[in-house]
Amino acid sequence: MSFFGKLRDRLLRSSSRLDEGIGAIVDEAAPDPGAAQSRRLVDDAMLEELEDLLIASDMGVETAARVTANIAEGCLGRRLSGREVKEALATEIARIMAGVARPLPLYPQKPQVVLVVGVNGSGKTTTIGKLASQFRAAGKTVVIAACDTFRAAAVEQLQVWGTRAGVPVLTAAEGTDPASLAYDALARAQREGADLLMIDTAGRLQNRADLMEELAKIVRVLRKIDPTAPHNTLLVLDATTGQNALAQVEIFRKVADVSGLVMTKLDGTARGGVLVALADRFGLPIHAIGVGEQIDDLAPFDPDDFARALVGLEN
Amino acid sequence: MFESLSQRLGGVFDRLTKQGALTEADVQTALREVRTALLEADVSLPVARDFIKAVGRKAAGQAVTRSVTPGQQVVKIVHDELIRVLGGDDDAGALKIDNPPAPILMVGLQGSGKTTTTAKLARRLKEREGKRVLMASLDTSRPAAMEQLAILGQQIGVDTLPIMKGEDPVAIARRARTQAAMGGYDVYLLDTAGRLHIDQDLIAQAAAVRDAVNPRETLLVVDGLTGQDAVNVATEFDDKIGVTGVVLTRMDGDGRGGAALSMRAITGKPIRFVGLGEKTDALEGFDPARIAGRILGMGDIVALVEKAQEVFEAEQAERMMRRFQKGLFNMNDLKMQLEQMMKMGGVEGLMGMLPGVGKMKTQMAEAGLDDSMLRRQVALINSMTRQERANPALLQASRKRRIAAGAGLEVQELNRLLKQHRQMADVMKKMGRQTKGGAMRAAVQQMMGKGGMPDPAQMDPAALQAAANALKSGGGLPGLGGAALPQGLSGLLRKK
Repeated sequence: MSFFGKLRDRLLRSSSRLDEGIGAIVDEAAPDPGAAQSRRLVDDAMLEELEDLLIASDMGVETAARVTANIAEGCLGRRLSGREVKEALATEIARIMAGVARPLPLYPQKPQVVLVVGVNGSGKTTTIGKLASQFRAAGKTVVIAACDTFRAAAVEQLQVWGTRAGVPVLTAAEGTDPASLAYDALARAQREGADLLMIDTAGRLQNRADLMEELAKIVRVLRKIDPTAPHNTLLVLDATTGQNALAQVEIFRKVADVSGLVMTKLDGTARGGVLVALADRFGLPIHAIGVGEQIDDLAPFDPDDFARALVGLEN
Repeated sequence: MFESLSQRLGGVFDRLTKQGALTEADVQTALREVRTALLEADVSLPVARDFIKAVGRKAAGQAVTRSVTPGQQVVKIVHDELIRVLGGDDDAGALKIDNPPAPILMVGLQGSGKTTTTAKLARRLKEREGKRVLMASLDTSRPAAMEQLAILGQQIGVDTLPIMKGEDPVAIARRARTQAAMGGYDVYLLDTAGRLHIDQDLIAQAAAVRDAVNPRETLLVVDGLTGQDAVNVATEFDDKIGVTGVVLTRMDGDGRGGAALSMRAITGKPIRFVGLGEKTDALEGFDPARIAGRILGMGDIVALVEKAQEVFEAEQAERMMRRFQKGLFNMNDLKMQLEQMMKMGGVEGLMGMLPGVGKMKTQMAEAGLDDSMLRRQVALINSMTRQERANPALLQASRKRRIAAGAGLEVQELNRLLKQHRQMADVMKKMGRQTKGGAMRAAVQQMMGKGGMPDPAQMDPAALQAAANALKSGGGLPGLGGAALPQGLSGLLRKK
């Protein structure tokens, strides 16, 4: 199955709500149920319903209002069919998202250090496993450092992914200072001439100042060996998260200089409207999205596919 | 970043308060704002709609009748409604874990915190209720999930079912039941794999586990930061598996309240516990009043008090009380208070918990009132000699220059600190004279959280405002911050 097929299939299972929602809005005012295609006048009431629908997809009040306003601009006073409404929405969403779809940049720098951060349970470890396997398949030599020395069995979990991806995983005992492991890992990756070093960190809520300081320390220590490290800092976000995702991006960006986002668990959940809000507000690159638990369930982000899948349009 | 729910509501009700009596239009505007605030706090749309309707009905009936403080009146209506929805109408009682061995099934999405919560709950049951607990992981899909539970079990001293590779979840559940019955356990906890609510196969699997063991309690573990999807998660899990209670995790995050309201409104099932951290003891009972207060911006007074208790050594407080009674307040006392403030999470952490202060946070940051200021002030005091600390009146120009240089700061900053100290000492003197012991004792006890906090709803917003203003201008850090002050003191601050 093509990747788009998979994405749509999985998003559709849930985002059909947006799909149905638009259908319901349009049908509501259908003057003649027998007509081939119901149409609805785009007026204030209709726009308000549309806005609510977008909010219900986690787009946030502000972004939903902006998207609705932009649609109103071109369509106010016209009678639109459900499909036309979806097209208009998809175009608007794709426009917002167009700038942020950029793959993880690769640099000639060896080893390129990729730091992976995020709140607890967002899917950092799984994402690293998937990314490592992709880089490995592309002929890169990859080393993983398991710097989540806090959570029980986090290291074991990463080791399983390492074995699956055929990538060595550097570990330390539970309770070790993650910064020291990161330092050793970078030194070793340099010695061995690895292309990429991926650093998994413990999950932390962004309002925990002490844990954020620990993260800042990892970055400081890495820079002792390589002043340009980390070359990429990926923030892994859980698509089920609501508007708090905005706070997460803001604070992680401040502390750890996040260079790009990975959105996980896009299969099945909320429809990912929060991605639109993030793109609208921060414009940080979205490198990849995770749509399942298998090792190949991580894909580049495509704004058009995403927008169309989100509103429930066929490609 | 958008305002937190409390900031936004604070703004709305400020506007209301300034307008005297409450008109129908006022209520509508306010409710519109409340709705937006709820949505931004991730309360699910249908839940927010219902909530607004209910509040609107109640507000309309009594809105114009009393003109005391209309703002507070709406606050109270919203507050009561929040408590009503969050707490439900009848008491849920204790977990149903009589009749050993009682099975408890833990379900939820991936990454919601099931395994950690399972361990926390096991520890709670063991330590608080003296139960013999067995934990079993049915998570055959996530790598090392079973090991994680086993390690946690070791840490908290709770037995886990030995891991046997290749078993399916239903078989593990049966084995856990047998083991629990034979081993004489009171409770056995079944930690399942994370599953999406739309994944029919996995949901069916969880239902099969349910049928195999007939759990006494099925707890849905939900990330407290969940967005609009909370509705679907709650509905699907409740329909297909049947939950008897909810555990909200990550409530120590800053995305607060929203999911709690949605979960409770949709499932109608009690929220049993909230997870407040990564350690295995960070699980607390759910207190609707507390969460409602937090949502409303009345500040999490209870949390503040508890935190104060943690760091406040009784001895120090006693000493401080005796000194205050005599109206004494020197640099050592000031230093102790500054350090206390830092221990309690710094200015921001402390202010965030105080009612009505949340919305002034931004202004405070602009005014440069943050933790670096506290640290500098402590540094200044540290640069003084013992004599100088005990008697700041000694300080003349050359001493000041020496102290400032010692702390690496300007004399100006030292002057500011001295002024602040003088003002606080004045307040202490007045209080010492006025209260003659009894009230002072109560005041200090309040600071320690023993005397019980004044009801936040009854607290005078103007007094709080004044306290915050005083803070902003750097003119005197009132004790441990506004809420820890007895009400009388805020009046004194206003006079300045």
